Amino acid sequence: MMKARINPGYVIGLAALIIFPFVVTALFPSSDKYYLHLAIQILLWSFIYTGWALMGRFGLTSLGHGAFTGVGAYVTVMLWNYAGLTPLIGIPIAVILAVALGLVVGYPCFRQRITGHYFALLTLALAEFVRLCIVGLREYTGGSLGTQPHRYGDGISLYAVQFEPNRVLAYFVALAIWVIGLYIWHRVDRSMDRYALEAASQDEDAAASVGIDVTREKLKITALSSGMCAFGGAIFGQYQMYIGPDTVAGLGVSLSIVFASIAGGIYVMLGPTFGAFFTQMLAETLRVAIQGSETLKGLLGSSALALDMAIYGALLVFFIIYMPKGILGTALEWLEKRKSRYRR
Amino acid sequence: MSGAMLELENVSAGYGHFQALFNVSMRVDAGEAVAVIGSNGAGKTTLLRVISGLLPATSGKMTMEGIDLRRTPPHKIIEAGIAHVPENRRLFPRLTVEENLRMGAYAKSARAHFQERLDYVYGLFPRLKERRNQLAGTMSGGEQQMCAIGRALMSKPKLILLDEPSMGLAPVIVAQVFDLVRRIRSEGYTVLIVEQNVAQVLKVVDRAYLIEVGRVEKSGSAAEMLASDDIRKAYMGI
Amino acid sequence: MDCALDIFFLEAVLNGVLLAGLLALLALGLNLVFGVIDVVWICYAELVMVGMYAIFYFYKMVGLPIPLAMLLGVLIVALAGIILHVVVIRPVLDTPPINQLLVTGGVLFFLQAAATMAFGIDFRNIGVQFGSVSFADMYFSWNRIITFVVALVIMFCLWLFLRRTFIGTAIRAVSQDRHVMPLMGVDTRQVYLVTSAIGGGLAGLAASLMVLQFDIYPQIGLQFGPLVFMICVLGGLGNMVGGFIAAFIIAQFITIGGSCFATEWGYAIAFLFFMVMIFLRPRGLFGGKA
Repeated sequence: MMKARINPGYVIGLAALIIFPFVVTALFPSSDKYYLHLAIQILLWSFIYTGWALMGRFGLTSLGHGAFTGVGAYVTVMLWNYAGLTPLIGIPIAVILAVALGLVVGYPCFRQRITGHYFALLTLALAEFVRLCIVGLREYTGGSLGTQPHRYGDGISLYAVQFEPNRVLAYFVALAIWVIGLYIWHRVDRSMDRYALEAASQDEDAAASVGIDVTREKLKITALSSGMCAFGGAIFGQYQMYIGPDTVAGLGVSLSIVFASIAGGIYVMLGPTFGAFFTQMLAETLRVAIQGSETLKGLLGSSALALDMAIYGALLVFFIIYMPKGILGTALEWLEKRKSRYRR
Repeated sequence: MSGAMLELENVSAGYGHFQALFNVSMRVDAGEAVAVIGSNGAGKTTLLRVISGLLPATSGKMTMEGIDLRRTPPHKIIEAGIAHVPENRRLFPRLTVEENLRMGAYAKSARAHFQERLDYVYGLFPRLKERRNQLAGTMSGGEQQMCAIGRALMSKPKLILLDEPSMGLAPVIVAQVFDLVRRIRSEGYTVLIVEQNVAQVLKVVDRAYLIEVGRVEKSGSAAEMLASDDIRKAYMGI
Repeated sequence: MDCALDIFFLEAVLNGVLLAGLLALLALGLNLVFGVIDVVWICYAELVMVGMYAIFYFYKMVGLPIPLAMLLGVLIVALAGIILHVVVIRPVLDTPPINQLLVTGGVLFFLQAAATMAFGIDFRNIGVQFGSVSFADMYFSWNRIITFVVALVIMFCLWLFLRRTFIGTAIRAVSQDRHVMPLMGVDTRQVYLVTSAIGGGLAGLAASLMVLQFDIYPQIGLQFGPLVFMICVLGGLGNMVGGFIAAFIIAQFITIGGSCFATEWGYAIAFLFFMVMIFLRPRGLFGGKA
């Protein structure tokens, strides 16, 4: 599928994404902020989902990546708010801490060959542990109410890594990060580690017997995955200018990461991105539809707020039963089949 | 029906793309003891699994006293009067002996007679009564085989399928297990037994089928089979 | 508060014991389902939430007497367990185990959202208080004591059921060797259905006890769900006795930690202890299914 040459489709796609903010500003001068906000959210979550899927695609189903986004966001903001340390240094520290956390939990897990249910539930405990620590340190973190990074000047600063008021700038930050995420995926996809990890996910003993250091391979991908999620969490906090234990950490975030990735498809590069696009658009479309329609509003009242979640949950069940490769994965497979039939 | 209890006609079966049985035909008459012999991987265990419905047959006819077994769901086959003592006994290791026996009488038709059958099995195998509250997994191999046979008897079956009852047991115990087989024969049960221990099993049964690579290659009375040079050479090392 | 070995410490220990009864009951349903069907119901805590709302609805909004409301709650969750199995679990039974865990995660989101739509995000309470009892300067709420006693009685009844009945024995047998069951004349599909109903029923019973102590809100499952999973894994997934003991250990961490520091720290210490223990004994303190 992926050639060493750059696929022209990618160039066109990227070009379209680069001119996207200018088109939006030109066409919708009054609501451009809203559209850009949506796009930024999608791109940032796509990066995080891609980071998760790097592990998830090899059968390492972590329900604990909310721990890493949480560490990324909170460590960055805590260092800035209380030590005055610029996020330019704070974010790398946060990422290193998250990677260290991932390795500290991962090493015994992989040595003891904790997989499947046990791995999922253990990582779930990790996410919960981090969330509880955040809430417990409420004097600094604001507890369950969350907190804000101190605004620096007019809110646009490289030193403070703050860019929220300028949506176009924020968009390009998010876009750059997203592209880096895809590049990392691409590199992993073409590396020997991928084959080692695929072998290990199918049969650990067999993989070990052909000389694969399973623990080491798993640790490598865990470090990469947790680092990406921490970085994504930190940037997300900087963009939102707000962090809360339930928005960047905890079980809810962990599960959203897992499910959006799976809905999009974790075996193809753009799957997690598609998952982010799909979930965000589902929520937004329903919200707009309900607000625009008096009948729906009257029928559902304030409970309409949860309608997207209900549909989302039902769709997830549907996807896992009937499309375990996700929307994009299934679609690509279908296209591929058609193409090969066409050729014959 | 000329007394045939179990009858197979051109039965084939397999696992996925691998075909394990090719047009097997055989019969077991009421009151008989019949052995199926053959080397490892010949399809003997598969044959029993097909009869008891664990593995669906892909073609052919299979009846038990006129009941079409291929149309009977696996968990109903025991109600047709067939009890299967599987390979490696397959007791529930963390249930007690008595609980294992209770599982043998799970079928609706058997539950009503549970106490009566329990007394019968304990009468037949007093050792099991002594160990009734012991976890099945903690007993010796021979005792476990006894328990597995007892469990099969709980449903008051007409036909008992025994799969390699002597496997993995010490020689002294193997002799005891064949004694058990003789005893259930003398109790009037019809027995279909799969064994690799050809010399021993031919002393216990009336007739035998030889299966090779999924096909019935030879059949005859136990005496005929014992006299056959081929069988003596290939399976008894004589 | 400080951590001296005083009367408050003893009070915390005893409250931990009372809490453990409830946690053990919660863990029991999950362990039963895992042991028999080999599936982790990630939405288990949400089933309890459904039960709590059902009781709230029948008691506060319909006006039924509380025992009847609780009975209906138990039946509804038992039915939910059956529906969950038939609609969601059965189609993925032959796929990788992790899919079965994830598919119930979709149900988790669905139930949370459905509860929000039906009852809003407000905290609800059935407002049944039995007062408290004081003993040597220590105070214990009757609600907690009743919860503890009833939880023990329910667990004892389940134990009898699993020991004494044919279907109960079959449920334990399936968890040891599911492939041999047809030879016993057991229809495993039926055993799975009964197990799902019992698992749901236990969630409903736990809900009946929890409404006596806790407020009801759509996210309550996220609060105690992880705790229940942790207890199950610590005791060994599928190991019902192990889960019982683990509940008592974890409850002590929560109440003692909570009384020495703050509530979250009690929980955080419990989770930390859990992670360390799993590294030392990956199959749980008392072994469990792989």
